[in-house]
Amino acid sequence: MHSATIAVAMSGGVDSSAVAAMLRAEGHNLIGLTMQLWNQRRLAGHAGMPESVQGRCCSIDDVYDARRVAETLGIPYYVVNHEERFERDVVRPFVEEYLAGRTPIPCSLCNNHLKFDQLLVVARQIGADQIATGHYAQVLFDEQVGRWLLKRPTDKSKDQTYFLFGLTQEQLSRTLFPLGGMTKPEVRELARKHRLVIAEKPDSQEICFVPGGDYKRFIDAYLAEQGENAPEISRDTVGGEMVTTDGKVIGEHAGVHNFTVGQRKGLGVATGSPLYVIQIKNDTRQVIVGKDEDLFSRTLTARRVNLISTEALRQPMRVAVKIRHKHQPAPATIQSTGPEEVQVTFDEPQRAITPGQGAVFYDEDIVVGGGWIEDRTA
Amino acid sequence: METRALPQTAAARSFSANSLADRGEAGGKFGQPEIPSIRTGLNSQYNTKSMSRRVYLDNNATTPVLPEVFEAMRPYFAEHFGNASSIHHHGQEARAAVERARESLATLLGCQPSEIVFTSGGTEADNLAIFGTTLPGDHIITSTVEHHAVLNACKHLAKQECEVTYVPVDSCGLVDPADVKRALRPNTKLISIMMANNETGVLQSVELLGTIAAEADVYFHTDAVQGAAKVPIDVARIGCDLLTISGHKMHAPQGIGALYVRKGTQLNPVQYGGSHERSRRAGTENVPGIVAFGKAAEMARSGLQRNDDRTLSDKNISALRDRLERELLTIEGTTLNGADVPRVPNTTNICFEGIEGEALVIALDLQGLAVSTGAACSSGAIEPSHVLTAMGLSRDQAKSSIRFSLGKQNAGDDIDFALSVIPATVARLRSLSPVWTAVAVTSNQAAHK
Repeated sequence: MHSATIAVAMSGGVDSSAVAAMLRAEGHNLIGLTMQLWNQRRLAGHAGMPESVQGRCCSIDDVYDARRVAETLGIPYYVVNHEERFERDVVRPFVEEYLAGRTPIPCSLCNNHLKFDQLLVVARQIGADQIATGHYAQVLFDEQVGRWLLKRPTDKSKDQTYFLFGLTQEQLSRTLFPLGGMTKPEVRELARKHRLVIAEKPDSQEICFVPGGDYKRFIDAYLAEQGENAPEISRDTVGGEMVTTDGKVIGEHAGVHNFTVGQRKGLGVATGSPLYVIQIKNDTRQVIVGKDEDLFSRTLTARRVNLISTEALRQPMRVAVKIRHKHQPAPATIQSTGPEEVQVTFDEPQRAITPGQGAVFYDEDIVVGGGWIEDRTA
Repeated sequence: METRALPQTAAARSFSANSLADRGEAGGKFGQPEIPSIRTGLNSQYNTKSMSRRVYLDNNATTPVLPEVFEAMRPYFAEHFGNASSIHHHGQEARAAVERARESLATLLGCQPSEIVFTSGGTEADNLAIFGTTLPGDHIITSTVEHHAVLNACKHLAKQECEVTYVPVDSCGLVDPADVKRALRPNTKLISIMMANNETGVLQSVELLGTIAAEADVYFHTDAVQGAAKVPIDVARIGCDLLTISGHKMHAPQGIGALYVRKGTQLNPVQYGGSHERSRRAGTENVPGIVAFGKAAEMARSGLQRNDDRTLSDKNISALRDRLERELLTIEGTTLNGADVPRVPNTTNICFEGIEGEALVIALDLQGLAVSTGAACSSGAIEPSHVLTAMGLSRDQAKSSIRFSLGKQNAGDDIDFALSVIPATVARLRSLSPVWTAVAVTSNQAAHK
């Protein structure tokens, strides 16, 4: 029997429920915790949002599921309210990033600021020194360099290390990813074996607080709700011109948040050849459009970089870099260019390097670190 | 006969049911049973720590059914099961029991039995009082610290062409009756202000409000759910037209409440059906619940009269509360919410600076102590208390505040237990709190200046 108490972050889904079941079967002392992050009813009826929202995250149904699982396993279970922090550190930055012409990844922000920060604090306060989640990733300690490492999971198709690049050594030292060595079918089988009510529940894919995945509608509704409270992110200032790569104005757009680098559909202009969003200019609000080949570039600058496998980048390093969740990591050289700033130079030009996304550096299966893409450089 | 020993199993979760059944089979006497403390073996379902005991200090949320109360209601499930509206013997039995209970409640409140309307609980009684007396175009005066049963009913009416004024409270949580007087309008129909607050226990000057309402010729409703059985209630002295009480806040079961409706009050029903409760509340009476409510009222009344150690308003419970409060306030960075004003004797609400109340409630629960903070939303997560923010506390202060509420079953060793776990838990939470570290550094710097 293990004596240390572990807090399990339970979402009511298959993965985190399986984690609780596994750890319970191993004889650990567990406390189940669910974070209440967002009130799905909050924007109901605002600016085109449906009156009744079928969102996934923090819905009463999910809390109900998590509670049922905890009850089945016989572990104490609590819901903790982190709505204020979630709005401040995830939702607002998400909206602001889009309005600044970038394409954010809220899941990474949530991991950095909520799951492995706030929730870990609560866990420690209530007597659990470690936290376990249902992420597909692995943590291990490298005795040679004395550092905690983040490693890709066995099931590469479920790899979530891309969203975990911001974890600090302290956070990693207190984190367990029990699914790191399992495949999704194995996880479902485990849930079935423990007769968990959620065993057949479908996976969630979308951003948890954006019902139906329509982030544009979400942003409009959030701005409408905030009204006077958000003058700095007012929608009146987000419209601008649509310009070709050679400087020709070919139309206007209603807001930079409607565009993502690489986007082809919904540009609202008709030309002979296919047009893609190449760049979104934060200062002038211009959306630059051009041909597919204009999307390719070899270098990017990453800021707010967090290094995991090494303390510092003292010299250029050969790695593979992933620039979006579904991207195949591409060979590149990384070099420190300032405090928490890294320049990435790919061997081959990469398509649609998108500001606001993460650039995560891999040495084989080990995460070296990662940062937020500031801009592609030339 | 052994009445204190309780089986330490999960089956003992409902202590009164089990222990009573055991004693019932043994043919025990129920006249003067000792009140067992709530120390069930709940923890056997948990794998965290084998908990030696559980202490319940959340009696403003709900109270355990007293053994005498449970015994009084028990025959009305299977033996005297009649519908109180039926003509036959079974119905008459039920009817007689309902009317005896009505008399008991009337005696507790100082009113006529015909002025008592049984409901499913406090929320329904509040809703009946508010929706039953107002029409579109009417103006309602209420306060910012009401229970959601009143606040959300008023909010709903505000959408239905009623006007609502929410009078503020001062830093102690008191409504200034002069504010209520100033808020009166020609179309004011109802003043609804609570007697005792559920979170702080602060008692409003309901008699002054009753006078103001009478002078203005408007109805006065008071939610006395948290006052009943804790302080004497006399509807004539208060001068109210409507008054809400709830069974499960005074050791009767959940699912039974009552509204006092002064004779002559124009009350429209909210739900339609048969002519139950003199056509003021349709629906078959909850006979076992009503019988239990009557018994609980009788016990509360005799306790209030005797002022003995079995009542909520007695010296004992207020002495226990005072000791808990005094000791907790010796912890650094604590303040009492609702200090220096009249309060019910069982409640204390304390702000622990630099702490997330939510984490403290969980940490204490894991050690076997049940307390509460704020109000739970539908998921079970906690939101900052509207009562405390209305008193001028910041959101952080409100989130750092914990309510302790005692019941008849609590004894001195329950307070000993609470005091044995709270200070160390507060210290541990603070040692891990970024907020408290900042506070401590600031006060340290201040001390060195």
